[in-house]
Amino acid sequence: MTQEAPSVFLRRAAVRFDGRPVFEGLDLDLPAGRWICLLGESGVGKSSLLRLIAGLCAPQEAQGTLSCSDGLPLAGRVAYMGQGDLLAPWATVLQNVLLGARLRGGRSAERAGQARAREVLARVGLAGREDALPAQLSGGMRQRVALARTLFEDRPVVLMDEPFSALDAVTRHRLQGLAVELLHGRTVLMVTHDPLEALRLADRIEVLAGSPPRLRPVMPPVGRAPRPLDDPALAKQVEALLSALGAPAAAA
Amino acid sequence: MKGARVLVVALGLLLAWEALVRVTAVPPFILPAPLAVTMQIISQAELLLHHGWITAIEILLGLFFGTLAGMASALLIVASRPARAWLMPLLVISQALPVFALAPLLTLWFGYGLASKVVMASLIIYFPVAAAFADGLRRCDPGLIDLARVMGASRRTILLHLRIPAALPALASGLRVAAATAPIGAVVGEWVGSSRGLGYLMLHANARLQVDLMFAALALLATFSLILYFTLDAVLRRLTAWQPESDSDSAAGFSLSSRKESL
Repeated sequence: MTQEAPSVFLRRAAVRFDGRPVFEGLDLDLPAGRWICLLGESGVGKSSLLRLIAGLCAPQEAQGTLSCSDGLPLAGRVAYMGQGDLLAPWATVLQNVLLGARLRGGRSAERAGQARAREVLARVGLAGREDALPAQLSGGMRQRVALARTLFEDRPVVLMDEPFSALDAVTRHRLQGLAVELLHGRTVLMVTHDPLEALRLADRIEVLAGSPPRLRPVMPPVGRAPRPLDDPALAKQVEALLSALGAPAAAA
Repeated sequence: MKGARVLVVALGLLLAWEALVRVTAVPPFILPAPLAVTMQIISQAELLLHHGWITAIEILLGLFFGTLAGMASALLIVASRPARAWLMPLLVISQALPVFALAPLLTLWFGYGLASKVVMASLIIYFPVAAAFADGLRRCDPGLIDLARVMGASRRTILLHLRIPAALPALASGLRVAAATAPIGAVVGEWVGSSRGLGYLMLHANARLQVDLMFAALALLATFSLILYFTLDAVLRRLTAWQPESDSDSAAGFSLSSRKESL
């Protein structure tokens, strides 16, 4: 990583669509170099919160102040992974990794980044597949390309919106491990609806629940991520997390 | 394989035609036999090519200008909100007005020559191209656009590098429709008022009961339209080769290569 990862502070965040508030008055801290999972039921506003931090909300929709521990603005220091792999189907694997370079600096920047793009592809285990088209790859491999693209962007802050939700269980498990390893040291905010995923990966868990939605920190899981799933402590925490999410343990 | 099948179908149709003429003994000025038409094509080759050349130019120019105007409108519609508000009704009106009814007016405005036919062909393909391309530009994955915005891309680069490539398959299906309908525009234009072109030749031959010559002109026109369609189809397939076959098949409409063969 070329930049030290900062902490990110969000204060009095509010998002409204068509005048109807999704949430209001939320405060969220993302400690430097940590992996934070934002957990909540679907429709509670997790993705909106992530989009707010990513700067993707229209100004009339969103309010709140964003600041970083190093005093620099957050804009331009964020990498984003959306739901699904978001690969351009007409571009090769290599071109997809270089998408950011191309969009910002055109063909010359794309050429200049080639060597580093090949390097990050090798790190996600896709050396030799640079010229394949996304349609020729499996879902897991496509998600690896998306991860390589995120690494290529080399941003200190990474925002992820359920990036692995479309994958099968085995592939998801493998990619979670890879992501934790490769994104180590960056400030990561990952939105998920899967308590197990949060417990496996997070240094900190924030639960967004209730009406109106409020953020609640949940006790940090023990041990280093990625945690093994057969850890009995982890199973116990799933139960606690589910009740924090608003689902009574008995009914769930 | 597929070439052979086309040949068999064409041969079968010709045989059925010849058989119909012989069995019903219909007079040649109503329905000439395929052999007589072939003789006409050979003996009148120079005349046919002279007029065919004019029509071909009208079709190609119409295709060019209609596509240009259609793509420009689509880009405007997607790029700016006011343009969308003003252009959309115009687009719909252009489709609601029957272009054939405009043909006499176009001849009056643009004269007897090439221009009125080119305008006619352009008008007829303008809507399918504009509508298909605008639709494609709008259907680009919003997640991909979000990603590009976080990467720091401007609206212009997003349009250039993401929206336009994503819209190519939709544009391709619009162009296929255009290639199939542009000849109609050119010929209708010639019918309404001209002194050259296959449409003129057909009308002229028909009036003098030279039905075999009319059929010869028709055959030439059909051949040209088919060549145009399949050349364009091949080029478009090449350009959108990244698209999974099952999708491009539904977008392609009629095409000779079926999914099974391409696998």
